[in-house]
Amino acid sequence: MSTVQEPPGGLASDHVDPIRPPLTQRPGLFSQHLGTAIIGAVLGYALGHWMGNAIASHYPYIANSGQNAIADALGLILGVAGWLLGIGALNYPLAKLAGRQPEAEVEVEGWSKYFRYSTNHKTVGLQYVVGVLLFMFTGGLLAMAIRTELLSPTTHVFSPDTYIKIVSEHGTVMMMMATSIVVGPLGNYLVPLMIGSRRMAFPRIEAFSFWVFVAGYMVIFSALPYGGFPTGWTGYAPLQTQAGPGMVSYLFGFAVIGMGMMAAGFNIAVTIINYRAPGMTWSRVPIFVWSILATAALLTLATPTLFAAGVFGLLDRTVQTAFYVTEHGGSSYLWENLFWFFGHPEVYIMALPGFGIAGEILPVFTRKPLFAYKVGAAGMIGVSLLSFFVWQHHLFQSGINPDMRPLFMLTTELISIPTGFIYLVGMGTMYKAKIRFDIPMLFVMALYFNFLIGGVTGVFLSDVPVNVTVHGGFFVLAHFHYTIMGGLLFAFMAGLYYWLPKMTGRMMNKRLGLWHFWTMFIFFNLTFFPMFIIGLLGQPRRVFTYAKNLQGLNDFSSVSAFLLGLSFLIFFANLVWSLYIKPVKAPANPWDSLGLEWQTVTPVPAHNFDRIPVVLSDPYHYSEENAPAVADLGPASPPEEPTLSGVTA
Amino acid sequence: MKEIHHLRRMTTVWVIASVIVDLLFWFLVGPHVPPGRMTNMASSDQFDFNILFVIAIPVLIGVWIYLGYTIVVWSAKRGGPEPVGGEAARTNRTAQVAWIAITSVVVLFLAGFGTVELMVNNGSGGGEGPNPVWSPAGAAKAETAALAGTGTWSPNSGQVLPVQVIGQQWKFTYRYPTFGGFETSQLILPDNTTIAFNVTSLDVTHSFWAYQLGVKADANPLINDVAYTATTQRGEFVVRCSELCGIWHGAMYNYGHVVSPQAFMTWAQQTEAANAANTKLLPAFAWTYVPDANGAAGGYYPDGTVTPYSRAEVYGAKQPVS
Repeated sequence: MSTVQEPPGGLASDHVDPIRPPLTQRPGLFSQHLGTAIIGAVLGYALGHWMGNAIASHYPYIANSGQNAIADALGLILGVAGWLLGIGALNYPLAKLAGRQPEAEVEVEGWSKYFRYSTNHKTVGLQYVVGVLLFMFTGGLLAMAIRTELLSPTTHVFSPDTYIKIVSEHGTVMMMMATSIVVGPLGNYLVPLMIGSRRMAFPRIEAFSFWVFVAGYMVIFSALPYGGFPTGWTGYAPLQTQAGPGMVSYLFGFAVIGMGMMAAGFNIAVTIINYRAPGMTWSRVPIFVWSILATAALLTLATPTLFAAGVFGLLDRTVQTAFYVTEHGGSSYLWENLFWFFGHPEVYIMALPGFGIAGEILPVFTRKPLFAYKVGAAGMIGVSLLSFFVWQHHLFQSGINPDMRPLFMLTTELISIPTGFIYLVGMGTMYKAKIRFDIPMLFVMALYFNFLIGGVTGVFLSDVPVNVTVHGGFFVLAHFHYTIMGGLLFAFMAGLYYWLPKMTGRMMNKRLGLWHFWTMFIFFNLTFFPMFIIGLLGQPRRVFTYAKNLQGLNDFSSVSAFLLGLSFLIFFANLVWSLYIKPVKAPANPWDSLGLEWQTVTPVPAHNFDRIPVVLSDPYHYSEENAPAVADLGPASPPEEPTLSGVTA
Repeated sequence: MKEIHHLRRMTTVWVIASVIVDLLFWFLVGPHVPPGRMTNMASSDQFDFNILFVIAIPVLIGVWIYLGYTIVVWSAKRGGPEPVGGEAARTNRTAQVAWIAITSVVVLFLAGFGTVELMVNNGSGGGEGPNPVWSPAGAAKAETAALAGTGTWSPNSGQVLPVQVIGQQWKFTYRYPTFGGFETSQLILPDNTTIAFNVTSLDVTHSFWAYQLGVKADANPLINDVAYTATTQRGEFVVRCSELCGIWHGAMYNYGHVVSPQAFMTWAQQTEAANAANTKLLPAFAWTYVPDANGAAGGYYPDGTVTPYSRAEVYGAKQPVS
């Protein structure tokens, strides 16, 4: 069997119904774009809020409390629905429901396509780049506010109320961002190119995942005008039940982001499984694609729990169910279990793509094949599977299931074996290499440095006796910033410097890039390493005040954090400089990579490949005499017979 | 050109560096690692931390040396021979098997070690919920007697002392069931005594973190979370809430003291007598309490004449005075 691919031009309609002609695309201003989406969202919100007030404002518990959670929730729900209607995400399903032949989405030329519902995976990838950077920038500003407050234990910049809401918003925004930071931009853009496909399996779902992601961003920020929420990103009940209306934004925000994560997850998984080019056998799939597949499995299987947990919380607040209300038969442990049942796989959603990027970049800059490729791929799948069996390590001191603690200690520590494979792959690839320390490689080296500290301290946390001292304190805070920021975010930066020339046709400025790397690496470590000590010395998380003797360390951490923030400004300056002010055209293959994505022309045409490539080998034959070609891209040459074994459908 | 034994070089440096750093850590830093040695749990937590650290140091140093060596020796700028591709560079069965075997052995050892420490140390000071699976001798008896109101404790008797910790926004209070169930905001403990902390909450989830005692247990409404420790040194310790519990979470801390058994006895008896009138107004001692009326999530405790909370069994009996 050979892979079925659509002809160039994307999603052509199957046939035209002669009786009911297709809906026509409206021209210019009357077409659907970000503007109509905003109008849809505003109208939807107003309608929902009005309905909620009309229905429920006379209910005694609402009249007495002065809080109409029903109006707030309906406003947000219809606001998101209006947003999706406005951008055009619902045109296709609604036309189908109405029995009409839906029109094909037509890619608009020019920059305005980035503000529309595009089904081109490359446009969606770039939309995601901007989307996650926006998330990261706002989350980062909140982090600056946190570190400003922690400059002194006695002089306060914010009230305790404002401070805890800043902390909560920062955590939630960053976690939401981090789930999509690689899968969204790089996963969508690169996976089809890497596996030799012209498109994603479900391009409308792909576009849907992005626009829902943006809606989630707005929903979570709607918490601020509602007065914020005081629960941190973990949203524990009963504090959740006690909180004000901002909690609606948190619960619904996670549900909305969850929809986008599920959509992105199964779309990417289906694409990788079914849309590989002929010859792209499982042993030739790039390691980055393996990591995205493992991540997609987690997104698809773990996120429904988050979605359900958020909806239960929303029901508790609006229609007085009691899923999490202990004295009415619910359980605060239910939230903790549901949240972490999602939350721990989530941690690997945020780690695996980083490993994939590292694995993809290493061979290019070491000029060596990827060492222990199969072990690396197996490690990612192993991490992905094991991650479903560790969630209760977040609850070691909670009072649940003490007899299960040895088991969860074991599973948690076991996960460091497949994670260790990533180090085997990296160190093996570097062995006797000839390494070019270009900026992407520097970020990969930093990932290996940072994630090691994050991983080793994770073992301390998984040990129940040591967990007694380090749980719930700054030690944990330092640990997960080392894994997520030190691992994933450094990998994302490596990926951006590496692939932006492909995505934008412009080279990033090297001098600014070096400044960015070194400031980010140094100040990241100076910000977060002291937090291990701060935590060991007894400072709990999410506090606005602390012991006087910890002020020196906290100040050191704060000043470093400000400088770390500055390093991101250098990055943004580099982006603007390299893309707009002094653009330098990127060579077709600036890093001499063998990756299939670099074999296409830049800019990548709408249909990616003139002819579906026939893949002849994995892309890691560096420094090998008589190395086989990676793929046959030529229009005329027929595929060689032996390489067709194991061709997928 | 003579073949350089890269791995031998790195291994030599690694072994020497690891041994030196491990020894320095164990003897110079280890004895001062938090949470100190104020209780047996604190000591065991410190011991476990130090063992983990001694194992972690070779791992950290090994990878750092490798990365450093890579940068110095295998950089493209330094020239050197061209790397070799092909099958030999892709797999090395010995390296792969050794890596997997070593990491597996280390991980399994750590899990086994942690489990033994957890069991031997009666839960290591962590909250074990209402039905602890690992508890010190005499704890069950003392707890049963405490609930029945028949518990006793005297200095140097070797009896376990049950102490109830009640988390509430935003303070901890403590009840001493063996002394008539009086409630106080002071946490005073006798030296050389096994303590059974019974941790619960009246509103949201808190976490009772007696830092120097090596104790941490979440305080959940309607849950009795039990954690054990045995005091071995006298002095002051800090109690902090380590689970986000709302606006003033950061300010939810106080200080406790471990004093001599005789001093504790004197304090307990005096406080029991001084608080007798107040204790009568409290609900009978119970492991958990339900806030009246709207409950934990409602956030207010009506019926201001008597008590902010009542026993779980009488939930609903008292309704707010409108």
